[in-house]
Amino acid sequence: MAEPILTATDLVKHYPIKGGVLRRTVGHVKAVDGVSFELLKGETLGIVGESGCGKSTLGRLLMRLEEPTSGSVVFDGIDMYSQRGRAMRKLRRDIQIVFQDPYTSLNPRKTVGDIIGEPFDIHPDVVPKNGRRKAVQDLLDMVGLNPEHINRYPHQFSGGQRQRIGIARGIALNPKVLICDEPVSALDVSVQAQVVNLMEKLQDELGLSYIFIAHDLSVVRHISDRVGVMYLGKMAELGEEDEIYGRPTHPYTQALLSAVPVPDPTLRDKKEQIVLKGDVPSPANPPSGCRFHTRCWKAQDKCKTDVPLLELRPDGVGEHPSACHFASPREVIETVDVSDQEVVFKAEVRDQASFEQPQRVGEGTQES
Amino acid sequence: MTEASTIAVSAETGAAPGGDVQQDKPRSLASDAWRQLKKNPIFWVSVILIALFVLMAVVPQLFTSTDPNEAILQQARERPSLDGPWFGRDIQGYDIYARTIHGARASILVGVFATLSTLIIGTALGIIAGFYGGWIDAIVSRLTDIFFAIPLLLGGILFMSVMPNDQNTPYLVVVGKVVVVLAIFGWPGIARLMRSSVLQVKPNDYVQAARALGASPWRIIRSHVLPNAMAPVIVVSTINLGVYIAVEATLSFLGIGLTPPAVSWGVAISDALVGIRTTPHMLLFPSLFLSLAVLAFIMLGDAIRDAFDPKSR
Repeated sequence: MAEPILTATDLVKHYPIKGGVLRRTVGHVKAVDGVSFELLKGETLGIVGESGCGKSTLGRLLMRLEEPTSGSVVFDGIDMYSQRGRAMRKLRRDIQIVFQDPYTSLNPRKTVGDIIGEPFDIHPDVVPKNGRRKAVQDLLDMVGLNPEHINRYPHQFSGGQRQRIGIARGIALNPKVLICDEPVSALDVSVQAQVVNLMEKLQDELGLSYIFIAHDLSVVRHISDRVGVMYLGKMAELGEEDEIYGRPTHPYTQALLSAVPVPDPTLRDKKEQIVLKGDVPSPANPPSGCRFHTRCWKAQDKCKTDVPLLELRPDGVGEHPSACHFASPREVIETVDVSDQEVVFKAEVRDQASFEQPQRVGEGTQES
Repeated sequence: MTEASTIAVSAETGAAPGGDVQQDKPRSLASDAWRQLKKNPIFWVSVILIALFVLMAVVPQLFTSTDPNEAILQQARERPSLDGPWFGRDIQGYDIYARTIHGARASILVGVFATLSTLIIGTALGIIAGFYGGWIDAIVSRLTDIFFAIPLLLGGILFMSVMPNDQNTPYLVVVGKVVVVLAIFGWPGIARLMRSSVLQVKPNDYVQAARALGASPWRIIRSHVLPNAMAPVIVVSTINLGVYIAVEATLSFLGIGLTPPAVSWGVAISDALVGIRTTPHMLLFPSLFLSLAVLAFIMLGDAIRDAFDPKSR
């Protein structure tokens, strides 16, 4: 097993809510509330969750674009939040970010050459001055853009091309970790595939580790080795890609997956969509105990008082971390046919006696 | 996978925007604005007017060989005529044409230097307030509020009565005092505008990306925030230049701006008031030049604003 390159422990970020005439702090938005995980060398960790669950804040914390309220991030043996000045700048070379919106992530007044060359201006020791133009052109070539377009401005490129420029800037300093904050959600589907493929190609060539934040479950499944599911600032479930997509044990993950459209019309009728009751509670005043208990069909009194820990729980085949007191697998119709390994696995699971019947689940849910 | 990605990559590279052949020259916002400006007749009219006034200010001898301080009292109040002094003579017997030409220098000097100083003070404070936020922002913003609360004319009268000019005060000191008054009371507008503009630019991802790369705050301000936040301030400053020329004339008219022997349009208008019914030409010519200069700068500002605003295209 590869060793971890980045370890987050109990990351917490609370934003104060100021109110009243005196601008006193009247509460906190608990954007990220105790998230821990490890990122291994060369792997892709997908982070999924609905809007406002703290995915992007998590990404910004890992970049140290925000200071955490508490918790730590250890990157390659170095505690990130205790670094200052020169040491922090040096650390930033190894961990870079690709932003969601390619229309705001590139300075409209700079040429592509200036944008991709900026990392070299900030860290002049990476590439000697006379080699920078060449280095920028190599990067353009690497991300599949014409190196002769070095003098163009961002508005002369399409969305997909701009995102490639953003990726080129991200990998310019040869980082070890690239944090991708919804890098494809602003692009249309055909371009999404190209960008995702480019990222996989770069990972193979450069040995990058990715943290891939997205809300599109199928994109995350395509690129990720492991997946973390976030709900209201907490990690609900974390596991290998097939553990999360094939035998999720957390009710929230099951509900999320049930909402993914099935491309196979013969399976469509068999699929039971779990429609959750109500809205996502406000992160300023999250529910007690398990954060999901207000919308969960399995919720019992214990869920209102005890916070379920993210620990190994059986999933029918093996076990993987899940933060639910009543974690148990439930049949999920395969939504995306990625490889044949799922098919084998499904046949195995169907034989399991402990398998939970969909009818029982249906009691607390509404049919769509 | 590798195969698919290479196909995808080449497909998109091939589908680069159709501009490859026609234009290799980069098109920035500024060059777009310039193309827009070139087609705007109002821009050219104002540029020609401004060029004329600047020329008057720098080398008035090109336009007139008459000494503006030569008073021929026996010809005082002479009417304009094509063969005499073109614009006639005023109550002191000065040649109005010569004085109007020479008066441009004071107006242009005051306008340019007042604009530059408000631009520098306002931009610097606005950037600091907008970029750093927090208590720095609170202090700067309250400071601008305080200065906003003082009416310009009242402030000008106070300043000038504390530091009056006399006959021997050098010309540049007289002009300098007016510039100082305008700068003190003009910067808050620019600072506010700059602050709001910086607040708009700062959350953009490209600023965050620069931070993530480890760029220093100075570098972020210089190469990302400032270039993207300057446009509104430049437009307003151009318009302000005209306004400052008008305010200079107002202060001079009230006797607290430029004072004789300095030659200026405001002073001339003030002197002309005694004969407003009998000899209106004394008032007409300096007022006409003043209005044209103010109009030229305001039109230029408008044209630039339209050119820099992508929504107007």
